[in-house]
Amino acid sequence: MRYLPLTDTDRTDMLATIGASSIDDLFVDVPEEARLDGPIHGLPLHASEMAVEKHMRRLSKKNLAAADAPFFLGAGAYRHHVPASVDHIIQRGEFLTAYTPYQPEIAQGTLQMLFEFQTQVARLYGCAVANASMYDGSTACWEAVAMAGRVTRRKRVVLSGALHPHYAEVVRTMARFTEDEIAGAPPALQPRPDNAGLIARIDEQTSCVVVQYPDILGRIPDLAEIAEAAHEKGALLIAVNTEPVALGAIKSPGELGADIVVGEGQAIGVGLQFGGPYLGLFAVRDPKHVRQMPGRLCGETQDAEGKRGFVLTLSTREQHIRREKATSNICTNSGLCALAFNVHMTLLGEKGLRRLAAWNHDLACKAADRLAQVPGVEVLNESFFNEFTIRIGRNARKLVRDLAGKGILAGVSLGRLYPDSDGLDDALLVAVTETTTGEDIETLAAALGEALS
Amino acid sequence: MSQANKSGWKPEMTPERRSGQETVTGNRALMLEEPLLFEIGHAETTGVDLPEIEPGASRRLAGMERSDPIGLAGLSEPETIRHYTRLSRQNYAIDLGLFPLGSCTMKHNPRLNEKVARMPGFADVHPLQPVETVRGALEVINELAFWLIDLTGMHGVAMSPKAGAHGELCGILCIRAALEARGDAREVILVPESAHGTNPATAAFAGYKVEDIPATPEGRVDLDALKARLGPDVAGVMITNPNTCGLFERDMKAISDAVHAAGGFVYCDGANFNAIVGKVRPGDLGVDAMHINLHKTFSTPHGGGGPGSGPVVLSEALSPYGPLPYTARTKDGVVHLVEEEGAEAFSQEHFGGRMRSFGRMTAFHGQMGMFTRALTYMLSHGADGLRQVAEDAVLNANYILRSLDDVLHAPFGDSGPCMHEALFGDKGFADGLSTLDLAKGLIDEGYHPMTMYFPLVVHGAMLVEPTETESKAGLDQFIAAFRSVAERARAGDESLKQAPYHAPRRRLDETQAARKPVLAWQEDEAPAGTPTRSERGGS
Repeated sequence: MRYLPLTDTDRTDMLATIGASSIDDLFVDVPEEARLDGPIHGLPLHASEMAVEKHMRRLSKKNLAAADAPFFLGAGAYRHHVPASVDHIIQRGEFLTAYTPYQPEIAQGTLQMLFEFQTQVARLYGCAVANASMYDGSTACWEAVAMAGRVTRRKRVVLSGALHPHYAEVVRTMARFTEDEIAGAPPALQPRPDNAGLIARIDEQTSCVVVQYPDILGRIPDLAEIAEAAHEKGALLIAVNTEPVALGAIKSPGELGADIVVGEGQAIGVGLQFGGPYLGLFAVRDPKHVRQMPGRLCGETQDAEGKRGFVLTLSTREQHIRREKATSNICTNSGLCALAFNVHMTLLGEKGLRRLAAWNHDLACKAADRLAQVPGVEVLNESFFNEFTIRIGRNARKLVRDLAGKGILAGVSLGRLYPDSDGLDDALLVAVTETTTGEDIETLAAALGEALS
Repeated sequence: MSQANKSGWKPEMTPERRSGQETVTGNRALMLEEPLLFEIGHAETTGVDLPEIEPGASRRLAGMERSDPIGLAGLSEPETIRHYTRLSRQNYAIDLGLFPLGSCTMKHNPRLNEKVARMPGFADVHPLQPVETVRGALEVINELAFWLIDLTGMHGVAMSPKAGAHGELCGILCIRAALEARGDAREVILVPESAHGTNPATAAFAGYKVEDIPATPEGRVDLDALKARLGPDVAGVMITNPNTCGLFERDMKAISDAVHAAGGFVYCDGANFNAIVGKVRPGDLGVDAMHINLHKTFSTPHGGGGPGSGPVVLSEALSPYGPLPYTARTKDGVVHLVEEEGAEAFSQEHFGGRMRSFGRMTAFHGQMGMFTRALTYMLSHGADGLRQVAEDAVLNANYILRSLDDVLHAPFGDSGPCMHEALFGDKGFADGLSTLDLAKGLIDEGYHPMTMYFPLVVHGAMLVEPTETESKAGLDQFIAAFRSVAERARAGDESLKQAPYHAPRRRLDETQAARKPVLAWQEDEAPAGTPTRSERGGS
């Protein structure tokens, strides 16, 4: 077998060294009645690289790749062009096949990268400190809620109705077990976010308010107003961002007063990958909250010769030291996705990110204007970055399926995201990025025109 | 800080330098220093060609336009490639050598896996595409699920957990949901002292009180003590098998039976599944839930700390409670994606209404990129190859154990063969020398050290897991190096305390890092250390 270096001679020699007569002697502690006497029945036997590749390629061909269709899906996962260098760097064996940098003297590559990544995320989010990543945006969101409970010692959580429903669902699932009280609602289809309604729900028992920015409908809420209201009641504002490219165009959540900023980093460097692995981003505005943060943190120090170096630090928060008193149970995070983000963000830089954001917004504005001309289409949003909601006066979910049959991936219907809510059926989220061409927009407009006529 | 050398070490013209020992740049031939991105990049530099869009009147940003700079630094493409390539060379990795981190299963990562994961049909599909356009992706998830079920002899599997600890949480939440469904609130989860830190952290995160299970002197769970503690308040136990002392829990079936008789459930930490894959099925030992680290047993890359993937196999009793979304193949051969919507109806139609998911743990469907890699690996090895994986992994670990137990104390060396990792303690080291010193000595010999100071039950623990992807010649060299360093530790070789001498960095000051945390780069920051020039070790 191509992945196993031992030869039969090696095995015999090694058994002799050990003093065992056969391999079975080494499994003697497994109760005999539970020991399998051969390969498990019903599973195939080993296969060549060529045969396996063929099998997997056949499966991959059953999927419609985004590149092969006019593509308008977003809702928490965005398709951006990832420069070829990113994938080259993350495939370097020294990054790909290393592990958590437990031995810093021989892991400075990973550690320095993490320090750079933390700095990039903190700056993007307008925060003091970012951690070395979480699993994805949704789990980062839950961890932020849990952290807010530790900081405020309160248990009542107010979720904006326009928080990604999967994120809200993760928070609700976890809160059932921690006995946090979660208040949320589906979004109202209004051109502007309902800040006043949200603020009215904050009281002296509120641990945190969770607001997505831009929100699930693509609208851009004024976080400053919500932050002020939350702080007045002693609550924290958690801002959730699912499209980091947006922060190249709009103010950072930290700048607007958010206390904890979390989000999905997938849009930078990681790719769609059918939902995972993704990259949870987690940052705090005030350094005094650092010791309540979940996850790994990389910090600067020096070695015995005075050379600058980096280490994992403040690990007394973490499970391997604190066990049941840890701030989180997380161990493995999204290291390689953090590297992809780091490399892509380095290639973009300040100038590139701002240009990319401006381009995305410009294309989205053009797309919104074009679709608004289609009879039967109404653009809901007053504000948006690169994703907006349209109403089409009929079931959007069915329309998405019909258009998929014609090779057009038209967007994400709110019916898919909120299957149990009435009144959202005719709404469709349309995301536009630099990968969207004018021709794609025309194709979608024409298809909508035909379907709605 | 010198422009030529950002490392914090200030070169001076000294006789030593003139003799060629020191350099102005701080570089040492192929060992290249690399400044931080923020020290070499610029706001106006970019490595991506993008059009400049004039902010038009059409802006719809609600007046939230960014006015201040973000503070990002950019590099051109050649500078980017060089920056990260130089950084990469400061890392140890499996591709460079044996990486014997116990309980981490640092095995070779086959490159076919990488190639497959990048096929556009897997890498470039959106998680919310209509299911008709992602049938192949759903089939991958389902095919992998069947492999996991068959390899473990379990009843169902939850595929969405993102890593091992997330899988633990999934399993414990299934247990909690099952208990709640029968109206049986229980408060305590029992965890052995030797467990991974994630186990007690997980149980606490799910709202349970955590109590220790004692171990026998031979390093296994004390069945009698466990039985004595079981009762109506115990929701379940979390057992690692093979355990972190490297031993198979012989009494696993009796443990499960006792826990079940007391109305609790058995969670098995599957971090060490590599030792037993294809040799014994946890389902045959009465386990109710076990996470499988695809990044350990099934060779998906560790990536410098993730991403992982932690599907959880479940017993018949727990299967109904697994998280949404899940895939299920119906009799007509179609693989369905079951989300919140229609979950109840699907359960009624295909499972007689038994499926009662505890909810959603993550936004989408789990770690698809890891599923494609793991399935590729399983298909490559097949049922026969995976069995050989376990046998070779256990053989390699025992070979190390028996080749070193004359110079290193093996606390459970008399407890039977080890499984896929060999455990040593620091007994016999000279005063003042520690496991840490030995580890740093191994770095100089060109190896990543073993897991240190874990499990907590052994003083100065050293947990060595070679995996099956090492050759005998490779093991022999590692053993020789380990032996030499162990002998130095026993003999009181004080020079070990300053090791490593040959790594990109000497020992790093972790106390300073924690006392005055610097967690992001600041413009006005002075270099971390006083740039003194201390003695160069070894010269």
